[in-house]
Amino acid sequence: MTTIDGTASDTATVEAIIDGVTVRVAEGTTILDACGGRGCGIPTLCYGETITPRNACRVCMVEVEGSRTLVPSCSRPVTEGMVVTTRSERIDHSRRMVLEFLGSSVDLSLTDHVEEWNTEYGADPTRYGSEAARVDEPVRIDNDLYIRDYSKCILCYQCVDACGEQWQNSFVIDIAGRGFDARVSTEHDVSLPDSGCVYCGNCIQVCPTGALMFTSEYTMRQAGTWDESRQTQVDTVCGYCGVGCNLTLHVQDDSIVKVTSPADSGITSGNLCVKGRFGFQHAQNRPSAD
Amino acid sequence: MEAIKRTTPASDAEREAIESVLGPSDDRLGRDAVAGHVVRGQRHLLLPCLHALNDRIGWISSPAIDHLATRLGASPAEIHAVASFYGLFSLSPREPVQRHVCIDLACRAAGGPTEHSVDHEAHPAPCLGLCDRAPAAITIGGHDPEPDPASAAVDRAEDDVLLRRVGAGDPVDLDAYLADGGFSALERARDLGPEGIISAVEASGLTGRGGAGFPTARKWDAVRTQPVTPHHLICNADESEPGTFKDRTLIENDPYALIESMAIASLAIGCELGRVYLRGEYLRAHLTLSTAIERCRSAGLLGALAGFDIEIIRGAGAYICGEETAIFNSIEGYRGEPRNKPPFPFESGLFGEPTAVNNVETLMNVPSIIAEGRQADRRLFCLSGAVRRPGVIEAPIGITLGALIERAGGLREGSELRAVMLGGAAGGFAGPADLDLPLDDARLREVGLTLGSGVVMVHDQHVDLVDQLRRIAAFFRDESCGQCVPCRVGTVRQEEAIERLASGTGEADLSLLRDIAGAMRDASICGLGQTAANAIQSAVVRLGVLT
Ligand SMILES: Cc1cc2nc3c(=O)[nH]c(=O)nc-3n(C[C@H](O)[C@H](O)[C@H](O)COP(=O)(O)O)c2cc1C
Ligand code: SF4
Ligand code: SF4
Ligand code: SF4
Ligand code: FES
Ligand code: FES
Repeated sequence: MTTIDGTASDTATVEAIIDGVTVRVAEGTTILDACGGRGCGIPTLCYGETITPRNACRVCMVEVEGSRTLVPSCSRPVTEGMVVTTRSERIDHSRRMVLEFLGSSVDLSLTDHVEEWNTEYGADPTRYGSEAARVDEPVRIDNDLYIRDYSKCILCYQCVDACGEQWQNSFVIDIAGRGFDARVSTEHDVSLPDSGCVYCGNCIQVCPTGALMFTSEYTMRQAGTWDESRQTQVDTVCGYCGVGCNLTLHVQDDSIVKVTSPADSGITSGNLCVKGRFGFQHAQNRPSAD
Repeated sequence: MEAIKRTTPASDAEREAIESVLGPSDDRLGRDAVAGHVVRGQRHLLLPCLHALNDRIGWISSPAIDHLATRLGASPAEIHAVASFYGLFSLSPREPVQRHVCIDLACRAAGGPTEHSVDHEAHPAPCLGLCDRAPAAITIGGHDPEPDPASAAVDRAEDDVLLRRVGAGDPVDLDAYLADGGFSALERARDLGPEGIISAVEASGLTGRGGAGFPTARKWDAVRTQPVTPHHLICNADESEPGTFKDRTLIENDPYALIESMAIASLAIGCELGRVYLRGEYLRAHLTLSTAIERCRSAGLLGALAGFDIEIIRGAGAYICGEETAIFNSIEGYRGEPRNKPPFPFESGLFGEPTAVNNVETLMNVPSIIAEGRQADRRLFCLSGAVRRPGVIEAPIGITLGALIERAGGLREGSELRAVMLGGAAGGFAGPADLDLPLDDARLREVGLTLGSGVVMVHDQHVDLVDQLRRIAAFFRDESCGQCVPCRVGTVRQEEAIERLASGTGEADLSLLRDIAGAMRDASICGLGQTAANAIQSAVVRLGVLT
């Protein structure tokens, strides 16, 4: 490998065999990335590109020769000589069970790909019966900007890490409690206005399940008017300050309905502040009809 | 971090509790950058602060959490996250002194209460490590907690090595320990040097007694040769595996031997401060060990001059904190969630630095290996249940199950053997046909069993084995840290399936249990989830319980 100035880079590489094929990747590359990253065929739920993987959901498990247990592909780096299998009866069994465990305990209706994976792995979340314990949490609506519906939460830890040391450094939310009772929570579950929340919305950005959602989106979904097929996405640059964060405006029926930032933006990595994230009302302050 | 304004300040008693650990607060702190660094460098004092609040006031209030957050330069949500992780802490008002009544396996088999029948004033507790006294209860909290009952060894034999000082005089009498040859192994270890110590330990064949059976010499050598310093030694005394009370017995009866063992281990790996992570419920062991540590400091055997010191960190009611990486998070002041491996503790452990974690019994083998060149061919077994003399027994590895039960006086009058839980709730069940089984990990593994932490819980015809399985399932559900899906949800689904089978309504549930077991074993992050189905599967397969 060479660098821009033409000298040999010191990036070491490692060679491994994945599903019978020899691959050579930069040292530190995860098994998932060596396989092509998200969307390569290995299911992922708790993984997101902008957060260091906590490998908490265990749906992306693969077999690594010599390992007693399966291994999380989203976080395990490829090492020299590693022999990896990404599909087997044993792997499929674990993936199916994880899909069932989550599907039977939280609402995955807004989580991407779940239906397709349930079919692919033969997962049937209903087989645990109607008495199966669920994460029953009321939707928390305590401010005008976003809602929290932890009955959809898979505890991927991404919002905690986005709010904490990986991005926002606000540390407003963390995991409280233990085991099945563990929940993302402010201290003593105080409302967001009573917490240190700065409404950057970086937690919403990383949430893979719709547990955290713009109030605008939530209200429209409740009213049955949310329709992604009628939405367009417009990339622009935030005009509030000189940083120049990349914004993606999600527009439906000529109105901005939510704001994200591209996860691969070199400026934001998906993160914004309250102005870029929520300060869009002035852009659509239309004169009233009369 | 945003400043959060709240109206209720911490009470004087709460401030005093926190100051008993952190010292008086300095007004400059939090305002200048260097001081902020100092404040945040105290995060490892969070657990002691929470203990101080919980012991003195009985619970941890919202204003106390806010105040602690300010004192430690953390956010209230982070402090609350940690406080809510531990079973011994309460976030709602209660009296400082609480009665903890065991609802676990040996105690319910002995007629103790279940989670439903326990006195509502009392706190239902997982195994208290007093299974030889079943049914057991202890008192925790307040300024001067009444020491819990002592756990006793039984059937001490002439040739006992590990138990040789148990029950022999005052355990904190340093002169008696010295007169009995105490600290001569440490002297010999100094002559041997790190490599010499490790060779001797390797030659003894010593493997971990905490459950995983890893060769001790290999662990130490891996830490010793790490370039990053400092190196850490943690003695794992969290002993929470249901049915286990050997480490408690050792610490309560022979604390100087543990100190000497740790001093030798620290020489081997190159460490200056050893930590004992002691189960929060073990108040008597805490008192004994801290007295012994103090006396060693006064005698110059520990402390600056000795080049090595020992600190006790008190756990707070979380089985998972005995897992070797969860221990690091717990000591550092974070939630006791296991970390990913790799990296392994020998390269990145406590504070990200090379660390050896060893069980109490493992360490206690070391002095006789060094001083007398002994083989590590003996183990401690925790006998409880339907035997005449429950207690800790030292026996050669490979003793048969039947011979061990005989050493505990045999079965109680009128008892017929029904089942033996071997190795703990994370272990498995042997049956009446298994009395000739040699208790040796390699041999047991062939039949799908393990010695685990040395649990031998004997059940007779009066014990409701279905109820035992229910409790095992509930134990893992309670103790799961909740980090990963297979364990967080799998332990709940496992318990539900057992409840259905117990009430005779779940035909398909046996295969469901197998499905759940497979995913927990294969896909959980740590040993808790990976073993949470072991005992249940073994009872189903080997004993036909639930079928
Ligand atoms: C859930 C869980 C709890 C554990 N609890 C303990 C414990 O209380 N004491 C202990 O020594 N080891 C415990 N272990 C094993 C430790 O992770 C580790 O293997 C051991 O302390 C290493 O010491 P050793 O090599 O001397 O056995 C536990 C493991 C798991 C997965
Ligand atoms: S909006 Fe920002 S500050 Fe508020 S909880 Fe989410 S990440 Fe934290
Ligand atoms: S709220 Fe969303 S981002 Fe946060 S842990 Fe739950 S699923 Fe993950
Ligand atoms: S296996 Fe259980 S205890 Fe271990 S990390 Fe996962 S949830 Fe936590
Ligand atoms: S995607 Fe890898 S563990 Fe969740
Ligand atoms: S003390 Fe009750 S089961 Fe151990």
